[in-house]
Amino acid sequence: MIVELGHAATIVALALALALAGAGQLSAVNASWRNAVATLASAQFLFIACGFAALAYAFIGNDFSVAYVARNSSTALPWHYRLSATWGGHEGSFLFWTLVLAGWTWAVSLGGRQLPNDVHGRTLSVLGLLNVGFLLFLLSTSSPFARLVGAPADGTDLNPLLQDRGMLVHPPLLYCGYVGFAVPFAFAVAGLQCGRLDSAWARWTRRWANCVWAFLTVGIALGSWWAYYELGWGGWWFWDPVENASFMPWLAGTALIHSLAVTEKRGAFKSWTVFLAIAAFSLSLLGVFIVRSGVITSVHAFAADPDRGLFILLLLVLAVGGALALYAVRAPSTRARAGYHGISREFMLLANNLLLVLALAVVLIGTLFPLAYEAATGGEKISVGPPYFNRVFVPLALLLAGFLALVPIARWKHTPVKLFKSAGLLGIGAAALGVALPLVIFGTVQFGAAIAIALGTWLAAVHLRDVAGRRRLLTRGYVGMTTAHLGFAIALIGVGVTSEFSRELDVRMAVGDSVELDGVTWRFQAMRQVQGPNYVADQGEFVVNEDVTLIAEKRRYASSGDVMTEAGIAAGFTRDLFVALGEPLPDGAWGVRINHKPLLRWVWLGAFLMALGGVWAATDPRYRRLQRRRTAPTDSTSPSAQEPRPAVA
Amino acid sequence: MPGAKRLLPLAVFAALAAILFAGFSLRDPHLLPSALLGKPFPDFDLPLLADARRVGRDDLVGAPRLVNVWATWCPTCLAEHGELLRIRMETGLSIVGINYKDDSAEAIAWLNRYGDPYDFNIVDSNGDLGVELGVYGAPETFLVDADGVVRHKHVGAVTATVWRDRFAPALRNLLER
Repeated sequence: MIVELGHAATIVALALALALAGAGQLSAVNASWRNAVATLASAQFLFIACGFAALAYAFIGNDFSVAYVARNSSTALPWHYRLSATWGGHEGSFLFWTLVLAGWTWAVSLGGRQLPNDVHGRTLSVLGLLNVGFLLFLLSTSSPFARLVGAPADGTDLNPLLQDRGMLVHPPLLYCGYVGFAVPFAFAVAGLQCGRLDSAWARWTRRWANCVWAFLTVGIALGSWWAYYELGWGGWWFWDPVENASFMPWLAGTALIHSLAVTEKRGAFKSWTVFLAIAAFSLSLLGVFIVRSGVITSVHAFAADPDRGLFILLLLVLAVGGALALYAVRAPSTRARAGYHGISREFMLLANNLLLVLALAVVLIGTLFPLAYEAATGGEKISVGPPYFNRVFVPLALLLAGFLALVPIARWKHTPVKLFKSAGLLGIGAAALGVALPLVIFGTVQFGAAIAIALGTWLAAVHLRDVAGRRRLLTRGYVGMTTAHLGFAIALIGVGVTSEFSRELDVRMAVGDSVELDGVTWRFQAMRQVQGPNYVADQGEFVVNEDVTLIAEKRRYASSGDVMTEAGIAAGFTRDLFVALGEPLPDGAWGVRINHKPLLRWVWLGAFLMALGGVWAATDPRYRRLQRRRTAPTDSTSPSAQEPRPAVA
Repeated sequence: MPGAKRLLPLAVFAALAAILFAGFSLRDPHLLPSALLGKPFPDFDLPLLADARRVGRDDLVGAPRLVNVWATWCPTCLAEHGELLRIRMETGLSIVGINYKDDSAEAIAWLNRYGDPYDFNIVDSNGDLGVELGVYGAPETFLVDADGVVRHKHVGAVTATVWRDRFAPALRNLLER
């Protein structure tokens, strides 16, 4: 009964989303609708939340008459995994997707009180319309509420890969970022409709874009961390199509938050900024298609169903095609441009954007090329692997780091040459460090690691010196930017060092054996069988340097028969020690994989700092202050805005 | 008339959408062509699940049948199980199971728990018959005519829609001929 109520609530939410789409447009021309829009936004969120709660209730209560519950849970599953199983399959995770979109919509209706009527109404209308599409898709092709005719006594259990604490946090945060790009998208479409693409528009959008981007950053980092310890391969990024699907919106979003800075401060790059706002969410939608249509095979992909793929493709074409058509008609003319010369801050941000978009193109082509190739040759398969991505992506990322190091020096419009001199000196010092540090610690120099250390320390040093030299009050925007850039430096050094200096050893070990890897001794102490809640595990105990004990498991899940590897990991600031059990060998020994990964944690630490910086910058009080000043209906345009404002359509 | 520059994103997107559509219609895993279509079901000599008797291709001929590749480790197999039970009950069509790379004791327990739509089950514990059939992943379902010729193949769950749109017409064709 509760499940049927949840289903009904979701149907009501569809009607509310439709009403929101209509009322938003009305409200843009008639202010008396404004309250109704806010109410509809809250109600939509509330009703989808009820639908979601009903599904979670079915999971907690083991109601296997619900097909989705029967497929993704079992009585032996601990309760917290039953809860996270709610978003463990296609249907439930998509319900969660609509919930997150409704949540952002609600947040915009709350946080956007100071927005002028037309922008407020149209933004919420676009968000409502998007959720109409998603809810229609959910209810018509992927209802998580469908009942089974004969209820099985027990479910088939959640995919063992997903039975992990990572499942509790990674998808929710990732979705907040992924879906959240609908907000800048909606602002872009509303801005185009209203003809208000000025600095005020950039300021509204920037706050939201920063928050969304921070969520996606953390979501991706958590996914990488999870893959590292759960998949048992010791890798942390695989250039898998589904990883790329979340990485592409991130790259576009990173370009967007930087381009927004120029549009806000200098009134330049307007068309470009709007385009990026549309692109970021379009890439999120492309990701949905990649993950859920079965078009690309991947460890992450959901079960394929042709109807679903076609529906998502249709949604993609309508949403993105519609927005880009509007863009073609309404984008501000590019003639309006604020002047700048040489290595100015505008130039730096332009370089940043070009590099990020190039990197994005590299990932997009690598992800879709196999598909295009197959279509062109009529079915021949080809795969694009990490060698391609690493070879093309890495140089772009390093170039980006080089530009980033000059950011604190660059001034708007024009930068005096003398400012570069001391940065150059720091650069020489950093380069020396890049060669010397690995030589002292590892005894060899690797080109990639040397460049990463040199660029990372250089960009950190230039930023820190700038902080030390500031006499004015440090604004949150400035602190946020610096934190994020330092995060990038840390991640860069982490990636460089861990890629070049990680060592891996696949050995045959029996209980009592010892091996040494990079000065660390590993002793295979004991082997035993243990019984988990819904699995049986072979558990190996390893003692590292006669000090730390690590447990590596090979689990066999009862209901699915799947075998999972749980690695034993000693995480550390300077290095990770990692051990995983391979296959049992005939004479009682085991195949064992041992990894020594220096600075691996820096990759994720850097990502968290970037996210923190993004959020911190979004809370800068100037957004609130300026918004209040701009509530007046006669919104002033930025100094360089020359486009005629089109009449309200 | 908007400038060409502003139309560029739309044009690029149109090309991209075309690629997605082309790739999608081609990759539809349910439409994977099978080299077996129109060819006789491969011969085999394997034990039954219920007892140790061995069966072969000759035991399949005589009437049209569905041959369903399944396993207890395959969640989608459970998802389609209700539909197989319904097909068996409502159409009376004979369904033969191939228990694929599975544990026989678990398979028997599974059938006792969820119901048994199969006339008999063939144990393919090593997956040898699966290789002959070009099995891509369980579940897969073949429609075999009375002469033992494969007439239709489906990869993935047999849902009510799949039955209605794909199998039922193919079966009707067989019976009319």
